[in-house]
Amino acid sequence: MKILVCISNVPDTTSKINFTGDNKEFDKNGVQYVINPWDEYALTRAIELKEAKGGSVTVLNVGEADAEPNIRKALAIGADDAIRVNAHPKDAYFVAQQITAVANEGGYDMILMGKESIDYNGFQVHNMVGEMMGIPSVTPAFKLDMVDDSTARLEREIEGGKEVVEVKLPFVASAQQPMCEPRIPNMRGIMTARTKPLKVVEPTGGEAKSEYVNYSKPEKKSGVKLIEPENAGELIKLLRNEAKVL
Amino acid sequence: MSVLVFVEGLNGEIKKSSLEAASYGSQVAQAMGTTATAVAIGDVHEEALAKLGEQGISKVLYDADDRLKQFVADAYVKVIAKAAQQESAKVLVFSNSNIGAAVGSKLAVRLNGSLATNVTELPKIDGGNFTVTRGVFSGKAFAQVNLTSDVKIIAVKKNSTDIISNGGSAATVEKLSADLAESDFAAAPKETVMQDTGGGVLLPEAEIVVSGGRGMKGPENWHLIEELAKELGAATACSKPVSDIGWRPHHEHVGQTGITVSPNLYIAAGISGAIQHLAGVNSSKVIVVINKDPEAPFFKAADYGIVGDALEVLPKLIEAAKALDK
Ligand SMILES: Cc1cc2nc3c(=O)[nH]c(=O)nc-3n(C[C@H](O)[C@H](O)[C@H](O)COP(=O)(O)OP(=O)(O)OC[C@H]3O[C@@H](n4cnc5c(N)ncnc54)[C@H](O)[C@@H]3O)c2cc1C
Repeated sequence: MKILVCISNVPDTTSKINFTGDNKEFDKNGVQYVINPWDEYALTRAIELKEAKGGSVTVLNVGEADAEPNIRKALAIGADDAIRVNAHPKDAYFVAQQITAVANEGGYDMILMGKESIDYNGFQVHNMVGEMMGIPSVTPAFKLDMVDDSTARLEREIEGGKEVVEVKLPFVASAQQPMCEPRIPNMRGIMTARTKPLKVVEPTGGEAKSEYVNYSKPEKKSGVKLIEPENAGELIKLLRNEAKVL
Repeated sequence: MSVLVFVEGLNGEIKKSSLEAASYGSQVAQAMGTTATAVAIGDVHEEALAKLGEQGISKVLYDADDRLKQFVADAYVKVIAKAAQQESAKVLVFSNSNIGAAVGSKLAVRLNGSLATNVTELPKIDGGNFTVTRGVFSGKAFAQVNLTSDVKIIAVKKNSTDIISNGGSAATVEKLSADLAESDFAAAPKETVMQDTGGGVLLPEAEIVVSGGRGMKGPENWHLIEELAKELGAATACSKPVSDIGWRPHHEHVGQTGITVSPNLYIAAGISGAIQHLAGVNSSKVIVVINKDPEAPFFKAADYGIVGDALEVLPKLIEAAKALDK
């Protein structure tokens, strides 16, 4: 089974978010980058499936050279090889076109990724790729197993419940917890990752359909109003009469 | 040219998040000098559809095909694409739900449109520019985005738009049929299982959320969270470690790696307020924090706070909530 796992390179979850150039650009200064946490579920599950059924796991990143440390990390966790499409990921549509081009060329059985990236929170790419390739996309899935060599069984979340879906290969799925316990690299993985192939390819043209023009931050809270624990009931009155939310 | 809104049903009624999408869509239509049509599929009563007039919808296209009672992405896309074509829709509005965003993404490809999900405000339409504001960096920022294609697709973040209720007279309901093929059902669910909320409120749709963290000490104390939630008509939620240990189910876990909520009121009991937890709740309108540690980071993000033992404070809140006239 050939599995393609798409990863994005995102600011660590503890990052302070700032903008530069008149709020037109994200300020990368002092920001640590990690593999998007949702993508870690996709990556680990792909490696588990490979271990159980044989095959290979290729990681794909659409991004610039500064993503390479995290691509190596994915190789250290257990992917076999990697492809980086050398481009600034302009928007979801652009990224989906790049993934589709790589996926069509590689003939993968499964294309996995996280349900969204924690920076642009799009929740779009997986469904766009499915649509561009004309294959099913099952998102967001929290369970993924093979029924037989050509069929997978997934459970996906819908508001207020879940759906159980069986699809034939090939398909696209996005992952979320509790699909698996994301793995971290071990020493041996880190050593072998250095020599695993990482191919850099140029983007296949492709257009963006949206344009980020400006950023802003939420207004700061004016400060907390404390209520004594003995008078806790007072809080309920404030919520009704002052905050007007009850 | 018109605005098309996709509305989702649940047990015959229209979901609250879809009433928000309808209100959003009709305001966009008004700004563009056109009308708003809704498209509905599957599990909704026709009376509920006609009432969308209150949200400013003039016409509803309804595909009552029984096979569409459950969500089948490819079939839904076909139905909505047909409605969009029939109405020459230039703007399509969805709720930013798992269903809405999925269908919106596929339609962006099929209709060659620009898509923005997680949208928090009405668009600015200025000459040739159509600019929306969307939440980015997991609630830590907003981005203004120009949608540059002719067709614009917007998925509206839940609880970020007020529901209009004086939009106008009843909407007319027309049947729509999209000539669905067997192949459109290739990835249809085998089974759909809805959670038992015990008659309570679903977390993603809730206006009030009562949430517990590790400071609640154990699942045996969760009756306090549940009781307060019941009194306030709220949904229950929890922090990540609480669902990881198995005190609560995973679908209650909010935060960076769980679900994002933006209720009017979020009450957090025994949650420290780690940055990853805040990412899922910081767009809540009012935040109440109950924590015995005055240095807990959550107090910095809170509007109201009680420094105290949650197991002692919650019973007092329940008592006070019971005394409210509802
Ligand atoms: C990549 C990543 C993603 C993550 N994603 C999420 C996420 O999506 N959601 C999430 O919640 N976390 C997430 N976390 C974990 C997060 O960092 C925190 O560890 C977690 O939120 C802490 O949960 P807690 O506040 O319930 O527990 P704790 O940190 O243990 O805090 C318990 C709090 O309860 C208080 N307390 C104790 N006893 C009482 C009492 N009797 N009465 C009142 N207060 C009391 C304590 O003072 C303390 O503040 C993530 C972490 C990482 C690294």
